[in-house]
This record gives sequence, structure tokens and C-alpha cells, in this order.
Amino acid sequence: MEPRSFQLFPDAASSIAGQVDSLYAFFVLVSAFFSLLIAFLVIFFAYKFRFRPGIIPAGNTDDGHSVGGMILEIVWSVIPLGLSMIMFAWGASIYFTESRPPADSMEIFITGKRWMWKVQHMEGAREINELHVPMNRNIKLTMTSEDVIHDFSIPAFRTKADVLPGKYTTEWFQPTKPGAYHIFCAEYCGTKHSGMVGTVYVLNQQDYQDWLARGSGEGSMAEQGQALFNQLGCGNCHPSLVNNYNGRAPNLAGIYNNKVTLKDGTATRADEAYIRESVLFPQAKIVAGYDDIMPTFSGLISEEGMLKLIEYVKSLSPQVNSAESAPSKPVTDAAAEQKAGRNPVNPAGKK
Amino acid sequence: MITATAPAKTEVNYLNCEHGLKSWLLTGDHKRIAVMYLIVVTVFFFMGGLYAAGIRLELATPAGDLFDSNTYNKVFTMHGVLMIFFFLIPSIPATLGNFLIPLMVGAKDLAFPKINLLSLYIYAVGACFTLWALISGGVDTGWTFYTPFSSSYSNGYVITVGLGIFINGFSSILTGLNFIVTIHRMRSPGLKWFRLPLFVWAHYATSIIMILGTPVIAVTLFLLVLERGLHIGFFDPAYGGDPVLFQHMFWFYSHPAVYIMILPSMGVISEVISTFSSKKPFGYTFIAFSSVAIAVFGFLVWGHHLFVASQSTYAGLVFSILSYIVAIPSAIKVFNWTATMYNGRVRLTTPMLYALGFIGLFTIGGLTGLFLASMGLDVHLTDTYFVVAHFHYVMVGGAILGYLAGIHFWWPKMFGVMYPETPSKISAWLVFLGFNLTFFPQFILGYMGMPRRYHIYPPEFQVFNVLSSAGASILGIGFLLPAIYLTWSLKYGKPAGPNPWGSTTLEWQTASPPPPTNFDVTPVITKEAYDYSHEEVLDIG
Repeated sequence: MEPRSFQLFPDAASSIAGQVDSLYAFFVLVSAFFSLLIAFLVIFFAYKFRFRPGIIPAGNTDDGHSVGGMILEIVWSVIPLGLSMIMFAWGASIYFTESRPPADSMEIFITGKRWMWKVQHMEGAREINELHVPMNRNIKLTMTSEDVIHDFSIPAFRTKADVLPGKYTTEWFQPTKPGAYHIFCAEYCGTKHSGMVGTVYVLNQQDYQDWLARGSGEGSMAEQGQALFNQLGCGNCHPSLVNNYNGRAPNLAGIYNNKVTLKDGTATRADEAYIRESVLFPQAKIVAGYDDIMPTFSGLISEEGMLKLIEYVKSLSPQVNSAESAPSKPVTDAAAEQKAGRNPVNPAGKK
Repeated sequence: MITATAPAKTEVNYLNCEHGLKSWLLTGDHKRIAVMYLIVVTVFFFMGGLYAAGIRLELATPAGDLFDSNTYNKVFTMHGVLMIFFFLIPSIPATLGNFLIPLMVGAKDLAFPKINLLSLYIYAVGACFTLWALISGGVDTGWTFYTPFSSSYSNGYVITVGLGIFINGFSSILTGLNFIVTIHRMRSPGLKWFRLPLFVWAHYATSIIMILGTPVIAVTLFLLVLERGLHIGFFDPAYGGDPVLFQHMFWFYSHPAVYIMILPSMGVISEVISTFSSKKPFGYTFIAFSSVAIAVFGFLVWGHHLFVASQSTYAGLVFSILSYIVAIPSAIKVFNWTATMYNGRVRLTTPMLYALGFIGLFTIGGLTGLFLASMGLDVHLTDTYFVVAHFHYVMVGGAILGYLAGIHFWWPKMFGVMYPETPSKISAWLVFLGFNLTFFPQFILGYMGMPRRYHIYPPEFQVFNVLSSAGASILGIGFLLPAIYLTWSLKYGKPAGPNPWGSTTLEWQTASPPPPTNFDVTPVITKEAYDYSHEEVLDIG
């Protein structure tokens, strides 16, 4: 990233940035209006009604409880209330967009650890304190922390979300401008909190494909997850093929995002959080028809390993797998790029 | 307005009625306890200020060249802990509130004088714990103590500071209890609720928060101490806890605590603006009830601190809309104060300058709070310098300017002397200008994305940080001046007389400084607090 010495306003490099900036402009205008109004009235009254010996202003009786006073009180309560409801609704609608990743999002995994960001791509590529993303694609980050609470913040995208230990949180954005932008840890995490920074590189589709092609040589996340699955011996009880069912533990094929009936009769959805809990605290939710025989794998799997395992389980559910495999739709991306009029040979990492 | 005859020729007052250290340390007189509180909170204010100076010096350059990261983190933590728990929360209630509430309700003392003294000693014990932690090596969690960092990872003296704040909380609870009982039970004959000064209403609302909210922070910090000391899992997922639970519990107190800091200041502003406009506050009942509304609704908005902390979207919606509702009573107050000046006889004395400064800065502080209550904007702004700027506008521009307005307003009553006019007006202007130069640039930094609690920052943020540090030096001088001329006035100040400002409220109807039992005869109240229809306005200011 080229260092700059001065800046007044952040780069706007995501699909949501323009909306947030418009909302901000509205708030600034409303605030400026009321601040200047109050400042003007205070200065004007202090001068107009300044103390002058012997001069007592006429009509010094209204104390706000007359009819006129009551009308005034109602006016200056209702107008701010109305304006603030507009502020609330506008802000809430943007938040709803921000908190719901689109279904076609490409997923990237982030693990926070004091004091670095570890990034894992589905295709296998791994990065530290850097994140390469393609332009004009919806990108969903699934994030967790290995220790304390962090927060993955990208001001140029106007987005951030806390990264919690023991839990997955998500954040999504659609980069719209090639370049390099700051990643900050925004939740205080100890000594080198201000060193927990990185750079997100927005690449056009061709550059992104080239970058991906360099690869990691370790296979995709799901493939690495399968290796881990075998290494930990999960397959001894969990058959992962539909026709190889031995009955000691639930079959994992097709389980992801589907309803699971539990021993106590309740049902739950087998999402990431459920799979993670079942590996670390197997006794927490027992599937109906099975015994509480699984040992805990807490302490045996890193957070990154857990993400790979989950990717493997996901890959056993064909429809999910095809919807989320990232680089399989180059046509749409190229089309989107042409539409946006981007230069496909824009050098990566330079503004 | 009252039957009590003002200053008796006898020179006996609460300051000279007894002598010796013991007569102070064992006193039950609310006025002496207030003066002792004044001394200790001033010491903590300047300690907190020194830490602030350290922060601003470090941030003048993007590199970490003054402190190492660990030290910097301890510096901003101690700045926050000292300023919030040991200065802002006790500041106005324990000094001005303690001194004035019995005088304003026409009582000889608070309802429980010994409990009042006890609260001072509890505060002192809590402060000793905190100072001990500071001397031993400090603490680096930030004043928010977020788990699991504070419970399992920090190397600082978390338990010691946690216990210090835990203990200090009881001082706050006892003060609130004393105020509520006094206001209910000890009003003079004829002093109906709607004849009470707005300062008393504001303290009544504050006391409600103190006794209902403070136990929650005590419990929260106690659980934190248990988890850190005995590894009992409440918050750390490694022990089966939930880290976000801590934030819910912490902000359940700490958001209302903001109103503990600002409501008493609002009470001061109502008195100062009324006196120096020689007019009853416009919309007295609206101002009075808005204080109570703020205290009640203030308990329902804590979740706006958790919009990015994995809170459910729908919970976020509720907290967001309630945060807008709680802003309305504050807006009503600002409009009513402004309207009070209309058709008044405005005198720009030092307390009035501070009060008008309060209106301006609190307005900006309140309006920028709306930005953060908006969920879509908060995602971008939270944990950035925008938040830092916002709460300093409320807590320094609001709470501290109100405190200074109050100190300058009632100094003649507390010590019977006037301070010099010119340096005090200069200090008011320096504080106002220095404050804006310090904190306005931080709004811009925040929108650009500069995160809070960053020791080292990217170079494009430097220009506004330099402006901010420059402003802080002006602000520092503005705060030091009153310490000098107010101390000077104790020996050399001109006698003030009972009512130097021509105010109508009850505390000005007795001698300055007041006699040990406040009034020679129990006052009988026949009118409301602000009856300026027949008052001769003094030509001062």
C-alpha cells in the first residue's frame, strides 16, 4: 500500500459504502442544522437580552406552562422524534443488508489470533494479514478467534464484525474498486492490538484467477478436511457414504444445513456452529437413536482444522457444495466486470 | 421568599466552627464531607489528566516512540478508570450534591450523616486498591474489562482494580440512597415537589440509577474476579462461558452510568442559566420529568454497544429505536435552556460562560450519539475515534463543563469568597476552544476508520492527531487555571456575601459559608424556587 500523508475521507470500495456515506451525509446535515440553530439562538439571546441596568424586558412571564409554551414544548419534542425515526429506519435498513450475506456469496475463512489474521480460502490458499478478493463478487467471511475477542474491520468497505472465541460470526461485502485497503483489528485485544493490521487486495477477475492459481499445494479446504477426518479416525464411527451405514454414529452425508432430530425430541439445524459443538462437546446435543459414546475432540483440533473439517462435511452435501464452490462461475464475473467498465489489467495492490 | 433571616452577624460557619484534622475526618457535616470529596476528586481529575497528556503526546506521531505498546495500553486504561470511576461518577453528586441538597431542601444535613461519611471512606478504600494496582504495575484491559481478555489473558492487576471499582460502587450506592431519603423525607415545610430546584430533581434521577445500576457492575466485576482468580467459567468459552454475556452485564450498568455523569451536570446548568437570565427555567416540569425519563429509559438501551458483537438483528432493532427515544428528553432540555434566556436579563459571568459552553458541546455530543444509535452507521463507526470524540463531547464537554460551571457558581457559597473575574473567564474560553480543537478532529479520524486504543497508526491519520494533541495542551492550561485562582481566592478573594449572584433558590438565603446547621431557623417555603418577579438583579458580570 502506498503511504499517504493526508486524507479527509475514507476510500469507498464496496457496494455498501455509497449507501453508508449517503446516510452519514444526512446525519451530518441534520446535526449541523440543529447545532447551528442552537448556537445562533444562544448567542443571539445572550446579546439581545443582555443585562442592562434599569431595563426590564416586557412580557417576562411565560415559563413554558402557558398554552403557547405547551405548543412550543410539543413542537420541539415531536420534530426531533419524527426526524430520529427516519434516522432509525434508514440505519436499520442498511444494517439488514449488511447482516444478511447473499446466497451466492463466496466464502472465505478468517481466524483471529493475538496478534495476526489467518485467512483460509476454500481452494486451499492461505494468507496471514493479507486478504485477496475478486472485484464485484459477494464475499462472505466466516470468522472465529483462537483466544480473545477481535474485530475484523475494513473501513474502505464500511464494514466490521466482532470475531469471537468459541463461535462463528460472519461479515460480507462486495468489493467494487481494485486497490489495497486497511484491515484493522477494531476490538482491543492486548499488547500489540495496534499491530493486528493487514491489507485487503481487491483484484479484478483475471488477476484473482492468477493469484489463486499460485495455490498452496495442499489441496482445497475440503480435501484437507478429509485428510484430517481420516487422521482423527472419525470414519470409524461416522460413515460418510450413504450406502456404508454401520449405525454407531449418524451418517454425515447430506447432513449440512438440514434438520436433525435430537434425543429429547427437539430439532436443530446442522449448521457450522452445530457441527463445531458436536466435535468439541459431543454430549451437548445427541441425535435421536444414538448413544452418548463420542469422545470430545476439544484441544485436539485447531480452529483452522475445525473449519477444514466443516468444509469436508459440507462437501458431503452435493447441492451446498456446488452452490458455494467459488471459482466455478468466471463467466458471470467477466460480464460484471465489463458492465462496470473496469480495466482487466489493472495492476493488483496499486491505487 | 422564606422566613429565615439571612446572614447573622455571628461569624460561625461550617469551616471555622471546629478545628483540627479530627474535626474533619470524623465530621458528619455534609458540607465538610463535600469539601473533602472536592479535594480527592480534584486529585484524581489531575491524575487522569496526566494520563491523557501521555496519550496525546504519544499520538502526536504515528510511530510508537514515547511508550512501548504495553505501557501505552496501561496509560489509556488508567486514564479511563480514574476519570470515570474516581472522578466523573462522584464529581458533582459527591461534592456539589452533597453540599447543596440539604441546603436546597432546607434541611440541617442529609438523612444519614454517618453513612455519608462512610461513603467517603469506602471511596477512599476503593481508590487505594486502584492506586495499589497502579503502583504495582498497572492494568492493560481498557476501562471496559472485556472478557476473555481480562479474565484469562491480561497480565495486569485486573483483580486489584476490579475490587477497587467493586468497593467504590458501594460509595455510590450509599450516596444515592442518602439523597433519595433526604429528598423524600427532609424537605422544609411547604417545599412541595414542584417547588424543588431542578438541581434536586436531577440528583433524584441520578440517585435512582446509582442504587439500581451500581449493584450490576459490582456483580459483573465480582464474576470477573472469580473467573480470573478461581477459573470458574462465566465468560471465557474455554471454561464454558460466554464472552458476550460480560458485555451485556457491563453495559447494563455502564450505559446508565453515562447518565450518572451527565444528569447532575444538567441540574447545574438549569440553575446557572435561570440565575443569570433572572428567569424561571422555561418548561420547569418538562426539564424535571425529562431527567426522570432519561434515568428510566437509560436502562433499556445497553445493547446499542453490541451492534457488531453478534447480537441478534432484532434485538439490535429494539435497542436502536429505544436509543433514539432516550435522546428526546435531552433535546427537550436543550431547547428549554435556550428558551429560558429569551426575554431574560442575561449576565455573562464565568459560570454562565461555562453553562453556555455546555449547551454547545452537549448538543454536538448528543447529536453524534444519534450517529452511533443508527445501526447502519454504527457498524462503520463503532470502535473508532468517532466514538472517542462522541463520548468526550458528552463527558468532558457535558459533564466536566457542567461541573466547572457548578464549582464557579457555588464557590462563593461554599467558601464565602469571590474568585478573580478575568482569569476565570479566560479559563472558560480556553477550555471551550481547547476542547473543540482536541476532539472535533477525532470525528473526522473516526469516519476515516482510525480504531480506538491504537498505539501505532497509519501515517495518513497524523494531521488530525497533531491538531488533537495541540488542542489538548490548550485544554490542559484551561483546566489548570481554575485550580490556581480558586486556591488563591481562598486567602485573597473578596468576601462574597450570602447571595452574590442575585439568585432566588434557598441555598442563597443563608450565610456564605453557611453555618454548621445551614439555617438559623427552619425555613418555611411559600413559593416556588424561581420567583424572579420582584428580585432586584445585581449588576455584575
